[in-house]
Amino acid sequence: MAVAARKAGRAGAGAANKTTSGKGSNRGAAPNSPQFDKNQDLSAYNDMLLIRRFEEKSGQMYGMGLIGGFCHLYIGQEAVVVGMQMATKDGDQVITGYRDHGHMLACGMDAKGVMAELTGRRGGLSKGKGGSMHMFSKEKHFYGGHGIVGAQVSLGTGIAFANHYRENGNVCLTYFGDGAANQGQVYESFNMAQLWKLPVVYVIENNRYAMGTAVTRASAQTDFSKRGLSFGIPGEQVDGMDVRAVYAAGQRAIEHARSGKGPYILEMQTYRYRGHSMSDPAKYRTKDEVARMREEHDPIEQVRRRLLESWKLSEDELKAMDSKVREIVNEAAEFATHDPEPDPSELYTDILL
Amino acid sequence: MAIDILMPALSPTMEQGKLAKWLKKEGDQVKPGDVLAEIETDKATMEVEAIDEGVLAKILVSDGTDNVAVNTPIAILAGEGEDVSSAASSAKAPAAPAPEAQPAPTPDMQAEGMADRPAPDQRPQQADLSTPAAPSVITNRTSYNAMAEIPEGTELVNMTVREALRDAMAEEMRKDDKVFVMGEEVAEYQGAYKVTQGLLQEFGAKRVIDTPITEHGFAGAGVGAAFTGLRPIVEFMTFNFAMQAIDQIINSAAKTLYMSGGQLGAPIVFRGPNGAAARVGAQHSQDFAAWYSQIPGLKVVSPYTASDAKGLLKSAIRDPNPVVFLENEILYGQSFPVPKLDDFTVPIGKARIHREGKDVTIVSFSIGMTYALKAAEELAKEGIEAEVIDLRTIRPMDTDTIVASVMKTGRCVTVEEGYPQSGVGTEIAMRIMENAFDYLDAPVIRVTGKDVPMPYAANLEKLALPSVAEVVQAAKAVCYR
Repeated sequence: MAVAARKAGRAGAGAANKTTSGKGSNRGAAPNSPQFDKNQDLSAYNDMLLIRRFEEKSGQMYGMGLIGGFCHLYIGQEAVVVGMQMATKDGDQVITGYRDHGHMLACGMDAKGVMAELTGRRGGLSKGKGGSMHMFSKEKHFYGGHGIVGAQVSLGTGIAFANHYRENGNVCLTYFGDGAANQGQVYESFNMAQLWKLPVVYVIENNRYAMGTAVTRASAQTDFSKRGLSFGIPGEQVDGMDVRAVYAAGQRAIEHARSGKGPYILEMQTYRYRGHSMSDPAKYRTKDEVARMREEHDPIEQVRRRLLESWKLSEDELKAMDSKVREIVNEAAEFATHDPEPDPSELYTDILL
Repeated sequence: MAIDILMPALSPTMEQGKLAKWLKKEGDQVKPGDVLAEIETDKATMEVEAIDEGVLAKILVSDGTDNVAVNTPIAILAGEGEDVSSAASSAKAPAAPAPEAQPAPTPDMQAEGMADRPAPDQRPQQADLSTPAAPSVITNRTSYNAMAEIPEGTELVNMTVREALRDAMAEEMRKDDKVFVMGEEVAEYQGAYKVTQGLLQEFGAKRVIDTPITEHGFAGAGVGAAFTGLRPIVEFMTFNFAMQAIDQIINSAAKTLYMSGGQLGAPIVFRGPNGAAARVGAQHSQDFAAWYSQIPGLKVVSPYTASDAKGLLKSAIRDPNPVVFLENEILYGQSFPVPKLDDFTVPIGKARIHREGKDVTIVSFSIGMTYALKAAEELAKEGIEAEVIDLRTIRPMDTDTIVASVMKTGRCVTVEEGYPQSGVGTEIAMRIMENAFDYLDAPVIRVTGKDVPMPYAANLEKLALPSVAEVVQAAKAVCYR
């Protein structure tokens, strides 16, 4: 299975991005790995590390029984949302599915509020009433956090519709996975978005498995960048483990959408190290496959190496960054552990305005 | 400080598992993300990853140990700069269970509705869904006076339901440029049932938007736009087609306010004809009032008269919540007097006593009112004075007006075109039982559509729908006549 998945043509780290034009012709390779300056590398490293440490802590808290229900960790995919966020401007919106903790942190939402929502406490971003899959922040332009696979694609298209209606120049980044890419409403949305030239970037996070089903077993067309071809929506395959490649592709896509040319599809070739959710039998892929991805393509390790080698940071400097991140995460965990549960009276609030 | 590594749970219901294998040994340096061990249950396996950096000082539970309880320390990690041997000897008593963490409810408990419910005495009282109120409270029930909605002396003009709906949208669109209409054939075709006639000409293609035939997609897009504060009116050519979109209506529009802790709501109206038209067969003839009325977070409106259609649609467009607005194709062409006022609205959630009476209460809504009113005329000829209540709003339901009337008449018949099981009539009967049981002189009778998919043949279709005769018969039965 692992071999089959690799044969499906996913680019490895550093591979050239492949662009699919709306007309169906292949415009050929985009430039190899664009370069980051030192500040970009530092910022990407910090943001990705926060997500990684936060998610590790979430996994631990889940194991301790502090987090219940579903908990989908983003570990391994950090470069996607961090690179994309670097390419946005203030006002651009983000909407995603249920693997959403990373997106919230990347949007600048408070780690404490996110963690306290995971533990179902009153200080959670949804007062403990949403849970892992349902958090929102109007202030940070984050529209959730949706638990029905594919639903966020129509919703994100609607947010882009509102941008178009208001002529506010904002772009909505609509994230979904390789699994959601097979839902019908995705194509209903593609059609409307292109028909009305809506400012939306569809970011398909292809982590190769829809729950436990490898893309090759679920998708007749595994090149997700081509999924918009029949609507004339251009797409690119992007090395989603390289934050620089993500950023560069994000800039192209967002510029396209913002300039009134309509939607753009980015297939982010990425990988999740952990199970689909916490209780995952992990029988659908080999340990070798996971280990190889971690060792050879880890998005954080790639930047860490650049920081040490190109930017001559010392191990101590990196360690200092690491402890700062750890401090944020520990504070969040501490808060989320001791914050009280919602007051019982909250049961009947926020149903109607 | 030495750090205990605890046996993790793979799921909220897991209590113990097997420590299958250690992948690190005592003395190994570990860093975050390193896999320390593998654990197993009968359902799944999981890797235990290090969260902290340090040296694995001591393994407390060895390979192959079965039935290791969740949260048992399985190893000790010496933190940076810490003495490994002293850390190893710091084994504490098993860590206390996670503070405030409660055992996850089992599916059985959830099915019984027992999960994490506050004790009854702590539960907040909700208007009319709480436990039945004491009889002394019941006697205070009063009907809503819909007469007061229209000031005395207001000029009335005859207008069809179709025109009234159109005017309601046009007036609200003039007032608020955040309001727009989208749906199939709403613009250039002027509406499949001509309800949006002329809107394109007045407001242009930006605000009157023809969509592709793509209910799920445009319903979701409407909700997304509403999240940002726009006020979409999403027209379904019929609510039968809205079943393609029901996930977006319920899971996205109705639930997001709650799931966001009150931050993000969807001010949106889903409207279109609902229920049976004539001879269009099973897939185009269903009443969805009961379906949507079950959902917290939605308001459900279903008017009968043109006046209510206009006043309620204007209220629905202004409402900050998602409103399902159920119209009826057969009523579109019927005319009613509508008040000539600059800004006439009808509040959502209030019923209207359409005809006063003292002998029996008939509760209905939408086209069901046509049967109810004709039956009331028939009954009057036989000396039975029926009070006919038009619910107008299905959710939130105006229990007070129903209960006050039943207290007066002691008898009730409900009328709807929808299916009998778990229908609107069923709900009304239950509320009467909860609130006015002692006032009932007879059991409530439901007159509904029959429990069959709508047949095509003219004679069978007639049989499948309620009839005036059935309403008359039911009313007589509860009057023991």
